[in-house]
Amino acid sequence: MTEIFGIPVAVILGQLMLGLVNGSFYAMLSLGLAVIFGLMGVVNFAHGAFYALGAFAALLSLQHLGINYWAALALSPLLVGLLGILAERLFLRHIYRLEPLYGLLLTFGLALVIEGLLHQYFGSSGQSYPVPPALRGVFNLGFMILPIYRAWVILVSMIVCFSVWFIIERTRLGCTLRAATENAPLLQAFGVNVPLLVAVTYGGGIALAALAGVLSAPVILVSPQMGSSLVIVVFAVVVIGGMGSILGAIVSGLSLGVIEGFTKVIYPEASNMVVFLIMALVLIVRPAGLFGKE
Amino acid sequence: MRAANLFFVLLGVCALCAPLLGIYPVFMMKLLCFAMFACAYNLLMGFGGMLSFGHAAFFGASAYATAWLATARGWDAAPAILAGVAAAALVGLLVGLIAIRRRGIYFAMITLALAQLIFFVCLEAPFTGGENGLQGVPRGSLFGVLPLRSDIVLYYLVLAAFVVQYLFIRRVVHSPFGQVLKAIRDNEPRAISLGYDINRYRLLAFVLSATLAGFAGSLKTIVLSFATLSDVQQATSGEVILMTLLGGTGTFFGPVAGAAVVVTLQEYLSEIVGGWVTVIIGAVFVACVLTFRRGIVGTIAALRRGGH
Repeated sequence: MTEIFGIPVAVILGQLMLGLVNGSFYAMLSLGLAVIFGLMGVVNFAHGAFYALGAFAALLSLQHLGINYWAALALSPLLVGLLGILAERLFLRHIYRLEPLYGLLLTFGLALVIEGLLHQYFGSSGQSYPVPPALRGVFNLGFMILPIYRAWVILVSMIVCFSVWFIIERTRLGCTLRAATENAPLLQAFGVNVPLLVAVTYGGGIALAALAGVLSAPVILVSPQMGSSLVIVVFAVVVIGGMGSILGAIVSGLSLGVIEGFTKVIYPEASNMVVFLIMALVLIVRPAGLFGKE
Repeated sequence: MRAANLFFVLLGVCALCAPLLGIYPVFMMKLLCFAMFACAYNLLMGFGGMLSFGHAAFFGASAYATAWLATARGWDAAPAILAGVAAAALVGLLVGLIAIRRRGIYFAMITLALAQLIFFVCLEAPFTGGENGLQGVPRGSLFGVLPLRSDIVLYYLVLAAFVVQYLFIRRVVHSPFGQVLKAIRDNEPRAISLGYDINRYRLLAFVLSATLAGFAGSLKTIVLSFATLSDVQQATSGEVILMTLLGGTGTFFGPVAGAAVVVTLQEYLSEIVGGWVTVIIGAVFVACVLTFRRGIVGTIAALRRGGH
């Protein structure tokens, strides 16, 4: 078997694949954060909590209602997205006039409430979600073994990310959205229902997080804490990529996932820290982030 | 102002008599340590206008440094605390140099991410005891004279440390440095146009706040005899923000009041409601941001101004 630096190539490729899977989640989550921030000026600390909620919605609907993976893929983001809209109407809309920092604090409180409730009802030990039968097994590519589910996650998140990019950059709805980001009062004067647009956008960003949650359920253990450390990594990804750019969020999410996977091969102890170290480096060289416009 | 003076005199008397009144001294010391932590944090957030989401890193770094020196190296309490404070200052300098490059929410996210980096260092480093942390830190004695094993002696020392730090922060805020810091908070472009090197002021405020947070962390380690991952984790950073916000951001006494409420809630509420504490803390957070942004002390001050 071929080896690089004494490590079998198949192991390296396997870790890179896993990195790409994680990178897909980073990309989907940072994309949602970027869209929400762009329109509302709120850094959504509750993103990780909604991601966990998405996974729990899939898990519980399977356990109690027998709803399968494919239905959960659509239902869970819808349900959690509606919950997001409710949260926006109840809490977030009161703080748009204030400094953006209050948005961060408010959503931090929301995250605590959601994660605390999940913890209270389902305990802290993780539960596993079965891989759907159609996606079990592996592709044998000759030089490496590729689990079908991982390939599926990467494929779906690519499609989702680029559809979101397409909607925002190339459709009429996206055009309205970008106009609201630029100048909301003017858009409202033209007769667009901006508060509705904002609520739906927040719901959409949350639905993206919930979708990432459902996708990740079969590859990780579903637990209340699954989002709380992830959201910090995603913040670092967003700082690296610069929050203004949709494509920047996707590219930096995927590449940081791969870098993290690679670190797991050569120096496993640092794999948790590498994203933060890269963030520090980027800030020293380019304070506005790699794709930032400031 | 006479009512306020009377209040502080009464509070001082209560604090001095607390051990005689049968209040558990270790609880009081924990409360004072967190009050010091919140006051240090308020120096940065309230008077410097910088919302750090990673202050547990400094609190925890010095807690770990003090615990390691006192256990593995057998250092006495005073030098171990001093070294812990120095460690917090150093970590504060490194984090500050990177974080002050950005403003507002980016500053918050960067401090959060760098604090998470320090959390993982504390988890992975060979001398920090991994998941268990460092347990059984000896209290020893102060300069070989005062036995710190006695809760009463240690209580009065912590109380003295708290008073010194509180007065020091007042002094800093009222100094020319503090005035410039507030000016930067209120109107950065104007401060720049007046010729102030604002990044130097911001960095100094950051390091000062980190150092004082470290002092609180070291003392906490000596009081409770351990340093664990909960000292450096994100939830602790969140708690200190809540204490400051709840008590009143940018007021001197606010963080103390906020710390008293939060620590008491955690201590006694957890016995009654168990795991609901996180949910309740989260709900208090949401309620504070939505309806109570002035905090306890800020609201009282506003009422008094309105009344006269």
